[in-house]
Amino acid sequence: MELSKEQKKKMLFDMMFIRRFEEEAGKMYGLRKIGGFCHLYNGQEAVAVGTVAAMDLSKDYILTGYRDHGFALACGMDPKSVMAELFGKITGASRGKGGSMHLFDEKRHFLGGNGIVGAQIPIATGVAFAQKYNETGGATAVFFGDGAIHQGAFHESLNMAKIWNLPVIYACENNQFGMGTSFRRVSSVEEFSIMGASYGIQGRKVDGMDVLEVYSAFAEALESARKGLPVLLDIRTYRYKGHSMSDPQKYRSKEEVESYRKHDPILIYQDRLIADKIIKESDVEALENQIETLVAEAVAFAESSPEPALPTLFEDVYSDSYPLETLRQGGASWL
Amino acid sequence: MAIITYREALNRALDEEMARDPSVFLMGEEVAEYDGAYKVSKGLLAKYGPKRVIDTPITELGFTGIGVGAAQVGLRPVIEWMTHNFALLALDQVVNNAAKMRYMSGGRFKMPIVFRGPNGPAEYLAAQHSQSFASYWAHIPGLKVVAPAFPADAYGLLKSAIRDDDPVVVLEAEMLYGVSGEVPDAETLIPIGKANILRPGTDVSLISFSKPVRYCLEAALELEKEGISAEVIDMRSLRPLDMETLYHSVEKTNRAVVVDEAWPVASVGSHIAYRISHDRFDLLDAPVELVSSHDVPMPYNHQLELEVQPGVKKIINAVKRVLYLE
Repeated sequence: MELSKEQKKKMLFDMMFIRRFEEEAGKMYGLRKIGGFCHLYNGQEAVAVGTVAAMDLSKDYILTGYRDHGFALACGMDPKSVMAELFGKITGASRGKGGSMHLFDEKRHFLGGNGIVGAQIPIATGVAFAQKYNETGGATAVFFGDGAIHQGAFHESLNMAKIWNLPVIYACENNQFGMGTSFRRVSSVEEFSIMGASYGIQGRKVDGMDVLEVYSAFAEALESARKGLPVLLDIRTYRYKGHSMSDPQKYRSKEEVESYRKHDPILIYQDRLIADKIIKESDVEALENQIETLVAEAVAFAESSPEPALPTLFEDVYSDSYPLETLRQGGASWL
Repeated sequence: MAIITYREALNRALDEEMARDPSVFLMGEEVAEYDGAYKVSKGLLAKYGPKRVIDTPITELGFTGIGVGAAQVGLRPVIEWMTHNFALLALDQVVNNAAKMRYMSGGRFKMPIVFRGPNGPAEYLAAQHSQSFASYWAHIPGLKVVAPAFPADAYGLLKSAIRDDDPVVVLEAEMLYGVSGEVPDAETLIPIGKANILRPGTDVSLISFSKPVRYCLEAALELEKEGISAEVIDMRSLRPLDMETLYHSVEKTNRAVVVDEAWPVASVGSHIAYRISHDRFDLLDAPVELVSSHDVPMPYNHQLELEVQPGVKKIINAVKRVLYLE
């Protein structure tokens, strides 16, 4: 499937938007508008955007780990609801109950956001199981880091996906550091793509800094997954920011980060679109202005939204209402 | 009323619910071709085929997570753990995903999944295969937990669990699979969260769930011979807990003995004892007694393993303590 000019432009917009959104999230974190764990996606934008461009989210699903803002936005979640969730407001995507790591949009087939390293891998395998069970023709892509690939959950999942021919793509977003640990220090193999071989699953290494390569790798992987042949992708990427906001990054040099910035996925892609005459240089500035407005609107929305009312904390625990006696037992402050 | 075993009652519930709803499927180790390690799924593969009765590799974490994912997009998985002992490998998926998915997403997802398998002390199985994990599950907001002691409850509670839109953990009593009892011929659902007064009494409330409920009934018969009238209550559900039924009982008897075959520290039994002690303090004529297993891993030796667990004699002694007869 060839990408249209409009699609290619939208992919640039999405990548730039995610970058700017994350910069703003980092700023808001500094201002203590956002708290807790906040894992930014700067540097990895090509992965989420290239993937979503290849998928059909009317029937396909995406799941990822805690570094989930990029995928949430790439899947089309309203940036206002995402920023409001980071702010913990009632207007947030998860009503202020999830925060940074727990963004979801069931209508756009984005199933999270997961705070436990690798826990999304068997869940995604179950989503693919349901797709096969219901014969929807859809496939599921699940993203996880180079730290998660050593979890038993990963290995158990690949085995079952293969024996049941599930339509699933396992995509390791290899940003080369599991928190502060270089993947080379903790992996028995340098190339994750060969890990699929133990389970009879085809593996492939992908340049995660090139959005068009991510797109074509996914388009191909989807074709295979839809036939019931699961795929493993080792997507090489790099995060510019720390593991989370509280990471002093003593495990790598500033020079290393700078060298990757020279291969920035957004700048590379911009140059390419200009060279291919899909956009003009002046278009970039127009996009930047448009994005500036959208991000400012998202922040303003989050700022002005109300806090959740205290009684909402007892909502969404069960499908039926929470037993009132529990409130009494806990001595709820508003009673 | 047919008289069938606990095992057959569970099988009937699975069969009826699978016939009723094509989105229900059963997954676990040995559930299909082997007909179940404890034969609870006997005949289901033949009837529903390999699409809906699925043998898994020995990967508790993996297939439990697969159930969570399938439930997140609308199927109704029944995940069988060969025993709750092995479910510890799957704890993360139950606690961090199944129980919290609705909450973390602000109510975006239902989680209609059942986790079931044998639980509790058995015989000659030693420390890793003979223990109750009731409090592990009952501790977690977002889960519902049931622990039937009779075939009729096993049947009716499993049916309710499968139809529930929240994750339900079913604690099947390993020692009761072969025990028979009456089960209504007509389809019957037992509501989750309702205790059952098995035997009315006036002098003491005997409160338990799962296998030890039967010891309480035996103890009540013995006590009757001594002129002591014990009310026996089967909690049936551990989350939510039907405290109202317990309060009404204690209002009548003013004395309570709680029997739980788990360890005594931070258990469902100790929690129930605390709630009664705190909420009905003024009505109590004696401190609430807890009869639990001893606070040790289960030994293999039969004499020792029987000594570890609650039994009729220990229950009678506890009743006598709350009546100041000892």
